[in-house]
Amino acid sequence: MQKIIRYSIVLLFIFILLVFYNSLNRETNYSTDHLIGNKLANVNLKGFNDKKVYTSEDLRENNYTLINFWASWCAPCRVEHPHLMQLSKEKNLKILGVNFKDKKINALKFLNDLGNPYYYLTTDSNGKQSVTFGIYGIPESILINSELIVIKKFIGPLNEQDLNDIKETIKSL
Amino acid sequence: MLSNTGNFLLFINTFLSILIIFNSYKCLKSKNNLIFKNIYQISLLQSTLVLICFFTLIAAFIVSDFSLITVYQNSHSLKPLFYKISGTWGNHEGSLLLWVIILTIFSFLFLIFNKNHSKNYRLHTLIIQNLLILGFLIFIIFNSNPFSSISPIPKDGLGLNPILQDPALAIHPPLLYVGFVGSSIYFSAAMASMISNYSGKFFAQSIKGWVLISWTFQTLGILVGSIWAYYELGWGGFWFWDPVENASLLPWFAMTALLHSLLVLEKRNTLYFWTIILCLLTFTLSVTGTFLVRSGVLNSVHTFANDPSRGIYILIFLSLMIFASIYFLFNKYKPTNDLINSNSKETFVLINNWFMMFYLITVLLGTLYPIFTDAITNNKISVGPPFYNSVIIPVVIAFLFFMAIGPQAKWIKNRFSNLKTILLILGGAILINFAIIYFFKSYSLISNLILISSLFLIMSSILDFFKKKSRFGIPRIISHLSFGLLILFIGLNHNFSVEKDFNLRLGEVKKIDDYEFALLDLKLNQETNYKAVVGKLEVNNSNTMEKRILYPEIRIYDNPQTLTYEASIQTNFLGDHYLTMSNIDRSEYYNIKFQHKPLMIWIWISVLLLSFGGFLSLFKNAKNN
Repeated sequence: MQKIIRYSIVLLFIFILLVFYNSLNRETNYSTDHLIGNKLANVNLKGFNDKKVYTSEDLRENNYTLINFWASWCAPCRVEHPHLMQLSKEKNLKILGVNFKDKKINALKFLNDLGNPYYYLTTDSNGKQSVTFGIYGIPESILINSELIVIKKFIGPLNEQDLNDIKETIKSL
Repeated sequence: MLSNTGNFLLFINTFLSILIIFNSYKCLKSKNNLIFKNIYQISLLQSTLVLICFFTLIAAFIVSDFSLITVYQNSHSLKPLFYKISGTWGNHEGSLLLWVIILTIFSFLFLIFNKNHSKNYRLHTLIIQNLLILGFLIFIIFNSNPFSSISPIPKDGLGLNPILQDPALAIHPPLLYVGFVGSSIYFSAAMASMISNYSGKFFAQSIKGWVLISWTFQTLGILVGSIWAYYELGWGGFWFWDPVENASLLPWFAMTALLHSLLVLEKRNTLYFWTIILCLLTFTLSVTGTFLVRSGVLNSVHTFANDPSRGIYILIFLSLMIFASIYFLFNKYKPTNDLINSNSKETFVLINNWFMMFYLITVLLGTLYPIFTDAITNNKISVGPPFYNSVIIPVVIAFLFFMAIGPQAKWIKNRFSNLKTILLILGGAILINFAIIYFFKSYSLISNLILISSLFLIMSSILDFFKKKSRFGIPRIISHLSFGLLILFIGLNHNFSVEKDFNLRLGEVKKIDDYEFALLDLKLNQETNYKAVVGKLEVNNSNTMEKRILYPEIRIYDNPQTLTYEASIQTNFLGDHYLTMSNIDRSEYYNIKFQHKPLMIWIWISVLLLSFGGFLSLFKNAKNN
C-alpha cells in the first residue's frame, strides 16, 4: 500500500512538472486573429427587450453586420459610442449590440444618454455567449458579411481609423 | 568597467560556493568536533562579495551606465534617483541578484547563529544552501546576467514602467524576497535534518527564528503589494485573487502552518515529518511561484520580458528540488505513533494546519487549474474572485472560532473550564453585530457570521491579554487579535463601501443620492519625468454635511510612453474617499469613479500589527536562545 502511495506521489509531481513544461511553449497572449476569414457558426443570442432569440438566419439578411460587445460599466465603450452612432446611419450595415454582463437598468440609461445605434439589441448577462465569439474583453467588434464570414475584428474601442476602415469595406458591395 | 567588475564578482562567488561545499564535505569527514574556521571566513567573504556585486549594479543604475543591457532596458537618465535605485531590483536580472544575496546572507547567518547545534546538521545545511546558491549563480551567469553589456552604448535608456515607479513598489520586492527566498534556509535545514538524523525539539529550535523572519517579511511584503495595488491600479480594491498575488499567498499559508506545527515539535516532540514536509513545501511553493511568474506562464506586471529558456531553467531547478525532497522523505520516513489527545493544544494546532492546508489547496487549485486546462484541453478559462470567495469565506468563520479557542487549550490534556466565558464572549459578539445592523444597515447572513466570528476572536484575544499568565503569549495574542481585526475591517469595508461611476465635464455639477460632485478646475502640470492633467473635484455629502476637494491625475509618461490614472485618496481613521478620473477620447467629458471605503486604513494597520506580532515573537525567541 505504502509503495502505491509513493508511486502516486511521484507520478503526480511528474505530471505537474510536465504540464508546466508544456505550458512554457504555449502562446500566452490570447489571440483571436485566426477567427478572421472563418464562418460564424451557431449564433444564438437572447433579445434585450423581447424574448426573441436571434440566430444566424437573422444576420444572413444583411449585407454586413457589425457585432459590437459593450456594457454600461465599460468606460471605453462610452468612447466608441459616437462612432457606432455614425455607423448606424450606413445603409449597408446593421449593428448587432451584445450587452455583456450588465444590469438592464444601467444599460438602458446608457442608451438613453448616448443614443441607440443598434438595429438588433441582445443580451449576454453571464458572458457565456460572448466566449463563443472569441471575446476576451470589451469593447470588441466583429464585422461579418451576409455569409457570416468574419471580415474584421476590432479589439478595444473603435477609433476614427476603424470607422473609415469599416466604411470603406462596406462600400465595396 | 562596471560590467567587468560585476561579472568578475559573480564568478568569484560561484567559486566560493564550490569552495564552501568542498570544505564542508572535508570537515564532515574529519573527526574534529568543530567546524573549520576557514568555512566561516569563506562564508563571510561570500556574503560581502555578493553585497559588493549588488552595489556595483546599483552604481550602474545611479550613474546610468547604459552599456549594461539591464540598465538600458529598465532605466532612463531623467528618472529620479530613488527610482533609479529601486530599478535595480525592478527587473528580472537584478531581482535574481537580490535572490542570491538573501540566499547567501541567510546561509552565513544560519551558520553563525546556530553554534549550539550539531556540527553535521549545520554543515549539511550549509552544503545544501550553497547548492541552491550555486544553482542561482549559474542561472544568473548563463541566462539572466545583469552585467551583460551592449555595444554600441545607447544614448539613453528605455525607462522603467511608470506604474512600477512607486515608493511602495520600491520596497515590495525586497520585503517579499526576505520572506520567500528566506524560506530556503529551512528547506536546506530540513534536508540536512533528514540526512544527519538531527530531529525533534532541537531541529525545531534551530529553524524557529528563521521561520519567524520569513513569515514576518512575507506578511509585510504582501501588505505593501496590496497597498500598491490599491493606490496605483485605480480600481479601489486591494486583493484581486490574481494568480500572481496567489503565488505570494501560497508560501504564506505553508509558513503559517509551519509556524504552528513547530510549536508542537518544540514542546511535545511529535509531528516531526509533518514539519519537515512543511519546510520543504514552503520553499518549493516559492520557487513554483517564481517559475509561473517569471517564465511568462502567467501574464502580469510581474512578468518581465518573456523568455522560455528562463522558464526551462527554473523548471529544471524546481524538478531537482522536488525529487530530491521526495527521495529523502521516502528514505527517511518512519511511521511514528504520535498519540495526540483529541482535546489538547496539540489538536488545536493541528486544526490550524488543516485550515491552512485547505486554504493552500484551494488557492493552488484556483491558480493552477487554468494552466492545466489550457495545457491539456486547450481551453482558456479563468478562476476569479467568486470561486475563492465562495470556497474560502465560509471556512474562515469556523477558522476564527478555533483561532479564539485554541490558544486557551492546555498541552497534553485539556478541559474546558472556561465554557461560561466563551459563551459570554459569543453573546457579546452577537450583540455588537446586531448593534451595527441596528445603527447602520443590514447585510447578508454570511457577513453576519463573519462579523460575529471576528468579534469573538477579537474579544477573546483582548480578554487573554489581561489574564495574569498571558505575559508569555503576547506576540501570539497580538497576531491573533490583529487577524480578527483584519477580517472584521474587511467585512465592514465590504458591506459599507459606496461606489459611484459617472461622466462629468468642466464646470458641471452632478447630484447622485447623498453626494454632489463638481469638476471645478483642470490644470496641466509639468513634472520631471511626466506631464499631469490634474482635476479639482468638489465632493459634498448632504447627509454628513462633509465637503472635500480631491485632485485625481492623468499622467502622461514619456519613457516609455504610457498613460496612467492616479487616484486621489483622502484617508482618515473613519474611511477613505477614493476618486479616479479618466479621459474620454474626443470628448469634453471625463469618466469619474468615486468610492467611499470605510475603515480602509485599519485593514493596513491590522496587517502591520500581524507582522508586529511576528517581530515580537522573533525577539522573544532570540532572547530565549
